[in-house]
Amino acid sequence: MSERKISSKLLLQKQQLDYYLDLNKARYNGRKVAWASSIVPQEFMEVMNIAVAYPENHSAAIAARKGALPYIDQAEKMGYSSDICSYARINLAYAGMKTNEMPPLPKPDFVVCTNNICNVLIKWYESLAQHYKVPFFLIDVPFNHESCGINEETTTFNPVPQDRIDYVKAQFEEFIQFLEGICGKKFDYEKFNEVMAISNRTAKAWSKAMNYASMAPTPLDGFNMFNYMAMMVCLRGKKESAMLYELIAAEMEENIQEGKSQFPGEQKYRVMWDGIACWPYLKHNYTNMLKNGVVISGSTYPKAWEIVYEVGNMDELASIYAGIGNNRNLADQRDIRAAIQRSCQCDGVIYHMNRSCKVMDFMQPEMRRQISEITKTPFVSFDGDQSDPKNFSEAQFETRVDALVENMQGNKEGSV
Amino acid sequence: MSRVDELLKQMIDVTENIGLVVSEKKRAGKKVVGVLPIYAPEELVHAAGMFPVGCWGGAADISMATKYLPPFACSIMQSVMEYAERGVYKDLDALLVSTPCDTLKAISQNLIYACPDQKIIILTYPQNNKMEAGVTFAKSEFAKVKAQLEAIAGTIISDQAINESIEIYNDHRRALMEFSEIIANNPGVISAVNRHYVIKSGFYMEKLEHTKLVRELSELLKEKTNNWTGKKIVFAGIMAEPNGLLEIFDEFQLAVVGDELAQESRQFRTLVPEGSDPLERLARQWQNREACSVILDSEKKRAKHIATLAKAKQADGVVFCQMKFCDPEEFDYPSIKKACEDAEIPLLHLEIDQLSDSAGQYRTRIQAFHELLGN
Repeated sequence: MSERKISSKLLLQKQQLDYYLDLNKARYNGRKVAWASSIVPQEFMEVMNIAVAYPENHSAAIAARKGALPYIDQAEKMGYSSDICSYARINLAYAGMKTNEMPPLPKPDFVVCTNNICNVLIKWYESLAQHYKVPFFLIDVPFNHESCGINEETTTFNPVPQDRIDYVKAQFEEFIQFLEGICGKKFDYEKFNEVMAISNRTAKAWSKAMNYASMAPTPLDGFNMFNYMAMMVCLRGKKESAMLYELIAAEMEENIQEGKSQFPGEQKYRVMWDGIACWPYLKHNYTNMLKNGVVISGSTYPKAWEIVYEVGNMDELASIYAGIGNNRNLADQRDIRAAIQRSCQCDGVIYHMNRSCKVMDFMQPEMRRQISEITKTPFVSFDGDQSDPKNFSEAQFETRVDALVENMQGNKEGSV
Repeated sequence: MSRVDELLKQMIDVTENIGLVVSEKKRAGKKVVGVLPIYAPEELVHAAGMFPVGCWGGAADISMATKYLPPFACSIMQSVMEYAERGVYKDLDALLVSTPCDTLKAISQNLIYACPDQKIIILTYPQNNKMEAGVTFAKSEFAKVKAQLEAIAGTIISDQAINESIEIYNDHRRALMEFSEIIANNPGVISAVNRHYVIKSGFYMEKLEHTKLVRELSELLKEKTNNWTGKKIVFAGIMAEPNGLLEIFDEFQLAVVGDELAQESRQFRTLVPEGSDPLERLARQWQNREACSVILDSEKKRAKHIATLAKAKQADGVVFCQMKFCDPEEFDYPSIKKACEDAEIPLLHLEIDQLSDSAGQYRTRIQAFHELLGN
């Protein structure tokens, strides 16, 4: 009799349900609740057994279910400009209104963010702290305007300068004291080492699994990264998520052996998707690309979540959180993308000009110009938004993908 | 021409002819460093014997900036990139850019490629400015800025020189604070447009010279009797420009008795504290800054600060000048609105766009606000 196996798809669904159930039971179990930005050093909170909610993930989920509009309208009524990041608008409206949204986010005892993806988070969390009348801790990671360079072989960024590491480490110490005050108990350094070990295992498993997308043909459907990412955001410090990504890797091995792929169509063109997903139109985007035989093989996500460091090495821990891609200067961001496009054998690039994400958008035109000079890879850009459905045109997306396909086809024919 | 008018003319002339100011400095053998909003350790530029000049955008038809920016970038930075691409900054030896918001992070990078002949000096201020680690980090960033300025100036910047520059800058800040106070106590003694010129011209003059002019003007204005019958307002936001907007406030007899604008009071309201290590002094100034949209404000002190300012200046209303597409300011608006409602201070929200001359639209809004304030 063959062994019964759970698929990674089902396991992901189960873990998401478990996560939100656990989150909502936290207060009844005597645990403190935090709201946190996605790439926050969760290790410290895991040690303190704090239940952490991730508003970015929550807003994305609302948008993916096509439920964003009531929140977007409410945010405007609350005085928040429609120019503001739509994740923030959805979440601030969610915090400010009565709603039966499922799953719910329990009220926070404190909020914490790390501005390694953007400074918008600081403003967003200031507003949350004011709304809930709870403390706000910021782990400030200064923008790395100096070039640190990248490692071409591993397609990873080099460490950030020491003054930044020292500043972030000092904040870690303050954060520990802050958490001790909130929880009324001492920080357990032994448990800290365990959590760091688990977090590393998860990050390595994630990276291994997602890197299958770089194979040609790819056994992994790159679009699935958007969904797989959820547990990297919410549960990096738990061994369950390591198991999920290890399972995905095993499934990819099976796919390779059987000559199969998650991508249900012919893999004619391999592209890099640059930017956050367009959650309200995920299905549309996917269907359109599938129809054209366009598969995502490259993305900045696998590396963004490869939060790997030597256990107990606080310099490395500080550097990895301070050195997230969005927090790098243009030259380093350009070089990592060029390296990803090379290693993932991309035929083209789709850039999301995401109305919500100025830090990405305002460097994108110069960056894509420079990258295309290096890689000679054609690219298109489309106007969209991570969660505001009003900022996207299906027709424009389709036209741009068509144009890219034409270019990629031309390149392929030319190279024969 | 009265002495007041003469003084104002000098200030208006430099503000309206920045290119001329720069070329005259260059002819005199001075190196010139452009300084972008909002904050920068300008004392270091001064201590290096170079001339710092403010780069606060301006009127422009945007065509070349689209190479770098989509249309939803704030208008100051649209202008800055347009100027950069058109070669307006070609006489500058360097540009000094801090990165307190996401837009400025990107601008600091785009300038590297738009101005290949200019040295782009970038610094990041610590957001956790109250922490001691933040002071240490700010010092480290300042040291890097100093080294780059030294390379451009071809000279070592001594501690003594920085301390002397700090004194000059602090005195300049005091002069502007005094000026602002005199206007508040004697509303309408100077028009909104001229008040703006007096403050803004400080970006285009040697600080010693500007301090002298401001002090003389303040003395003269103090003496003027002016029985104001109009209403009084305070400005909040990044900037209150263009002149066409300010003229409408003058037209409706709305006197500006205070502000917390990034381009005005936020520039001079925080003195550099005493001390011997000049970089530490500059870092401590950063530590003391607060109630600003681009510095961590965990308790939203800014909203309360604006309401308190309006009360202290006995203003009849607050005008929130929302720089179009400036999200740090957009995030602050709901809390400012609430603070003003709680303090029963009428609030007008105006969208500021340096690039468009929408005086007509402003007039209707300001007229309605004027009527709301009563006669």
